[in-house]
Amino acid sequence: MHVEQISVFLENTAGRLAEVTSILSENSINIRALSLADTSDFGVLRLIVDDIEKAETTLKNHGFTVGKNRVAAVEVEDRPGGLNDILQLLFEAGINVEYMYAFVRNSGDNAVMIFRFDQIDDALKLLEEKGVRAIGGSTLYTL
Amino acid sequence: MIYDIEFETMPREALEAIQARRLQATIERVCATVPFYQKKIAEAGLKPTDIKSLNDLKRLPFTTKQDLRDNYPFGMFATPMENVVRIHASSGTTGQPTVVGYTARDVQTWSMLMARSLAAGGATRGDMIHNAYGYGLFTGGLGVHYGAERLGASVIPVSGGNTKRQIVIMKDFGPTILTATPSYTLHLAEVAAEMGVSFENLNFKFGIFGAEPWSENMRHEIEKKLNIVAVDIYGLSEVMGPGVAIECHEAQQGLHIFEDHFIPEIINPETGETLPYGETGELVFTSITKEAFPIIRYRTRDITSLNPEPCVCGRTHVRMNRVTGRSDDMLIIRGVNVFPSQIESVLMEMSGVEPHYQLVVDRVDNLDKLTVRVEVGEGIFSDEVKQLQDMERNIEKNIKDLLGVSAKVKLVEPKAIERSEGKAIRVIDNRKI
Ligand SMILES: [Zn+2]
Repeated sequence: MHVEQISVFLENTAGRLAEVTSILSENSINIRALSLADTSDFGVLRLIVDDIEKAETTLKNHGFTVGKNRVAAVEVEDRPGGLNDILQLLFEAGINVEYMYAFVRNSGDNAVMIFRFDQIDDALKLLEEKGVRAIGGSTLYTL
Repeated sequence: MIYDIEFETMPREALEAIQARRLQATIERVCATVPFYQKKIAEAGLKPTDIKSLNDLKRLPFTTKQDLRDNYPFGMFATPMENVVRIHASSGTTGQPTVVGYTARDVQTWSMLMARSLAAGGATRGDMIHNAYGYGLFTGGLGVHYGAERLGASVIPVSGGNTKRQIVIMKDFGPTILTATPSYTLHLAEVAAEMGVSFENLNFKFGIFGAEPWSENMRHEIEKKLNIVAVDIYGLSEVMGPGVAIECHEAQQGLHIFEDHFIPEIINPETGETLPYGETGELVFTSITKEAFPIIRYRTRDITSLNPEPCVCGRTHVRMNRVTGRSDDMLIIRGVNVFPSQIESVLMEMSGVEPHYQLVVDRVDNLDKLTVRVEVGEGIFSDEVKQLQDMERNIEKNIKDLLGVSAKVKLVEPKAIERSEGKAIRVIDNRKI
């Protein structure tokens, strides 16, 4: 149960970030989660949106370099140590988390975190075995 | 197959003796018949009789493209027009065209060298050659044509253009060898695909490609799309036309220069000093058998190096490596000669795609600083910052290893690099020297 994420290469992150968000909003594409990783030189913007195909084409037409990856949207119990438990599980299984960021809305009482794994299928299988819920795209967009 | 065993496999010593004799004769002739050479050689303080050995070659002045333009159209011809049977001209896209002429014997020599070239590429009498080089003022079409007939192969003089008809001819006639420019070849592949024709069902064994700079990457693309072996050929009308140098199909590692007709040198493009074998610099040619249009130390502007190692094919003629750039594009950074094409090959090796890049040179505190801007296309993009940073470091390391120059790599967005007439501007030199 994975979710598609798009990523965008940005030079001079500050100004270009606003351009990406305004292009998406002009095209009625809803940003559900966003994370920006940047260095002194460039940045990479990662987005969960409600219409990934449209977002990808629109941004490409505006000349951006766009990538697409499979990520996991994982429910995390909203209590101290909730995230730590999951990270511990993954660590013990030798699964590497490349990066993660928070999803805006909760799922019921639980928080939602977006995880980017190096081996997503192994990660999803492990989480399922351990009773940790991963949310699929269609559910995620309606939260 | 070796077309001319005697001359192509001649021991170096004998070859050099022939070169020396032919060089002397050529210098005597041009001093007697071409006022331009007469004047220039005299100004260098030389008499024709001063040129006694190959070592004396480096004392002679260079000839440049501008010299040919200044003598437009026939000022460099070494024989009266009644002995000239053919005239070709280069395109004038970057200025006045340059005009070259051939006597009947020159055409014979050229045909023989092209026959040698086709044979070195793998052609024999039984082959059928689809010759898609342009016929006309350009030397490509007729050069290949005469060589093919000389070899005894069947030649289809299809020339350039009318691509759909070319595909039909390929299907119906079943030619075994394709001769064309690399870019037109890729166009042929596209049109064939549109017409639903697969090269796998055609009869081609190999192709001989040249007349424009092309990369190793393009070679792989052609070999894959056309399902053939792609052989590199080199030539320029100022020296003769196609057939100055050819890759042998046995080794495909460098192009043998037909040294019994042309003497190659590699020079430092800045100082004009002759460089030893193996070093990279500008390729310079002296023709030693041509009658109508002899040329002395012609600066080709092409950047390459020469390899004197014996070749598995048995030819003793020196090999030039693939042309990697033009000397006009050379930058000197902290005393090191840098060609944009060298950076390009580093990038291509790493990403597998033709990258858009730009070299920016600044002078900070009296030190040259090189920044390489690289556009991030989908081929090299990653959603992980660390991977992109690793790539920057790797490019920097490979540039340092290959060129001996430290560079800072900066990733930029697509189209961030200024284009001029559709081509990325490769170099911005901000140094005020
Ligand atoms: Zn060889």
